[in-house]
Amino acid sequence: MHIAVCIKQVPDSAQIRVHPVTNTIMRQGVPAIVNPFDLFALEEALRIKDRTGARVTVLSMGPPQAEDALKKCISLGADDAILVTDKAFSGADTLATSYVLAAALRTLHEKQPLDLVFTGKQTIDGDTAQVGPGIAIRLGYQLLTYVSRIAKIDVQDSRIVVERRAEGGVQVLESRLPAVITMLEGTNTIRFADMPGMFTAARQQTQHWNREAIGITDLTQVGLKGSPTVVAQVFAPKPKAVRALRIEGETPAAMAEAFVDKLFTDYPQLEEALLEHLDQLAAQEQQS
Amino acid sequence: MSELPAKPVKKPKRVLPERFVSYKGVWVFIEHEHGHVHPVSWELLGKGRELADKLGVELAGVLIGAPGPKIAALAGETFAYGADLCYLMQDAVLHDYRNQAYTAAITTLVNTYQPEILLLGATTQGRDLAGSVATTLLTGLTADCTGLEIDLADRSMLSSRPTFGGSLMCTIVNLATRPQMATVRPRVMPLPVKDPKRPGRIVEHAFDLAEESIVTKVIDFIPDSRADKPQLAFADYIVAGGRGMGKPENFDLLFSLAKTLGAEVGASRPAVHAGWADAERQVGQSGKTVRPKFYLAAGVSGAIQHRVGMEGADVIAAINVDANAPIFDFSNYALIGNALELLPALQTAFAARLAQTRARVTRSAPKEE
Ligand SMILES: Cc1cc2nc3c(=O)[nH]c(=O)nc-3n(C[C@H](O)[C@H](O)[C@H](O)COP(=O)(O)OP(=O)(O)OC[C@H]3O[C@@H](n4cnc5c(N)ncnc54)[C@H](O)[C@@H]3O)c2cc1C
Ligand SMILES: Nc1ncnc2c1ncn2[C@@H]1O[C@H](COP(=O)(O)O)[C@@H](O)[C@H]1O
Repeated sequence: MHIAVCIKQVPDSAQIRVHPVTNTIMRQGVPAIVNPFDLFALEEALRIKDRTGARVTVLSMGPPQAEDALKKCISLGADDAILVTDKAFSGADTLATSYVLAAALRTLHEKQPLDLVFTGKQTIDGDTAQVGPGIAIRLGYQLLTYVSRIAKIDVQDSRIVVERRAEGGVQVLESRLPAVITMLEGTNTIRFADMPGMFTAARQQTQHWNREAIGITDLTQVGLKGSPTVVAQVFAPKPKAVRALRIEGETPAAMAEAFVDKLFTDYPQLEEALLEHLDQLAAQEQQS
Repeated sequence: MSELPAKPVKKPKRVLPERFVSYKGVWVFIEHEHGHVHPVSWELLGKGRELADKLGVELAGVLIGAPGPKIAALAGETFAYGADLCYLMQDAVLHDYRNQAYTAAITTLVNTYQPEILLLGATTQGRDLAGSVATTLLTGLTADCTGLEIDLADRSMLSSRPTFGGSLMCTIVNLATRPQMATVRPRVMPLPVKDPKRPGRIVEHAFDLAEESIVTKVIDFIPDSRADKPQLAFADYIVAGGRGMGKPENFDLLFSLAKTLGAEVGASRPAVHAGWADAERQVGQSGKTVRPKFYLAAGVSGAIQHRVGMEGADVIAAINVDANAPIFDFSNYALIGNALELLPALQTAFAARLAQTRARVTRSAPKEE
């Protein structure tokens, strides 16, 4: 069994700051990490490897330094790492990204047939959740998004049963391999790298694939050229025009009273609606 | 945030290929599961109406599902919420949402009737479907938008969304392909007023895939038990706590005030991470977007990631010890002080005031008759 996991190196958004005057993003010194959502996908793949001895290949499209993110995945237990990297790929939106990743996955599939492709739910920088569905469509694989549990995999029969987070409940789906799974976050606990893992990661070479290696000749499909969506503007959210009205009061009780009075004087309809809402709740309670 | 950027949008030079010029009309995908329409679809019809009027084109609902009286009734509802027409595709194969079947259905409709804009809710279903449809049609898709506008100069749609973890907003355009697609966050656009008498026409189109060709089968659906889950997204009254609440026990003060107001309890991300409140209660960029009549934030600093989830509230009040906390930049009322003291005081004050008003109303009611 062969599983590919698509991972992306992203800036740690928790540490991104916006310059207060120029409103530009201050990227200097912001560490790069494996997209946190992708680690749930990797862990799920590694669990299948633990059970079945499947081969796990991690794959990323990005600049040369994204190799660090792939090495991290090797240290956790992935078998192979492939960095898909080419100047022509930069500036890609999700459509162009899925084009390149699908081409790379096809190349990988020729070397050893793929049964499953995992992606994270979404990236924390792109934040679109579109690349997974895009890959599935381009490869003609079945798409299983927001998967919270893999209930059954039968490689002999090419069958898979998963639980998928849907609106208002969980869908249990039976599907066919190969499939693309986007893994829901928080559905497993990510392992730590152990010593042997870290040694392997330090030793092992990451393969670099450029556009020739994955058979891409049509440059209108990749990078900026292959991206129908373009960012036209980046701006800081506008502050609200009115500043909050400061409520005065010597004691908490006085302040609270002054506030409630002011609130319901300014918004009498709010008080009416609130009383009605409370009446409804009381009526519901009586019924049950 | 639905406001438009102050600076003019700088668009790269791209020409719309000739074959797309005839694409006209604004479409909204009507998401329904188990007979229940997701409210984001109605919100989108409201916004879609605005966009269609600006462009001088028709607004259409796109309704896909199993045949029956239910789906026919839903078509009527799309008119009530502002659609001029409803594209209807009904087939037993479309009974449950499945990516392959629904992607085929939508792409067939798009290729046949050629809309310039296609909007979907940024729900699990909407995002699953939108990504597949956009890739099949090879068109651009902007995810999880919070603002949509039209630039009449070239009829393009300006889609705004938070970026870089919500620290900044960006405006995205798609100038070279059609339809222009976007998924939109629930509860960001207001629900339009319903007019049950509004007429509209139905355009039916046959679905041409047989069950045998749909690979994935739904073998079960386990509904979330509604009773024990907080219904934060739809609450009209919310009292929320942040890191400033200090410890888990202090969240009891919020639950207690919430009881007096019939409110739901919300929380900032640090409060959820610390385990003081359930993940279902998180408000913000990576939690829920809420649109209550009244939002009270206690011990919340007002980081942008929290703000994007709650600034649509009608009235916002904030309690914070720090008079310079950013939350006061977008609140209506500032209660500068210790939340641990103010919350119980507020509970007393609200209870007293509501009892008083109720007594007055009941006493004066007979006189009015
Ligand atoms: C990608 C990403 C996604 C995120 N998503 C979300 C999200 O969905 N929701 C969210 O909330 N955050 C989110 N965050 C985190 C966000 O950036 C802030 O860190 C967070 O909102 C701050 O929470 P807070 O206001 O509770 O805590 P703090 O910022 O620590 O603020 C605590 C406040 O309490 C006040 N205070 C302290 N003691 C008291 C007291 N006794 N009485 C009254 N006031 C007191 C302090 O003055 C301070 O203003 C996200 C961040 C990232 C990077
Ligand atoms: N450049 C990339 N290289 C590899 N995988 C990616 C890349 N971009 C996105 N992905 C995968 O697609 C998922 C969804 O990404 P996104 O559509 O950007 O939210 C991520 O969680 C990754 O698993």
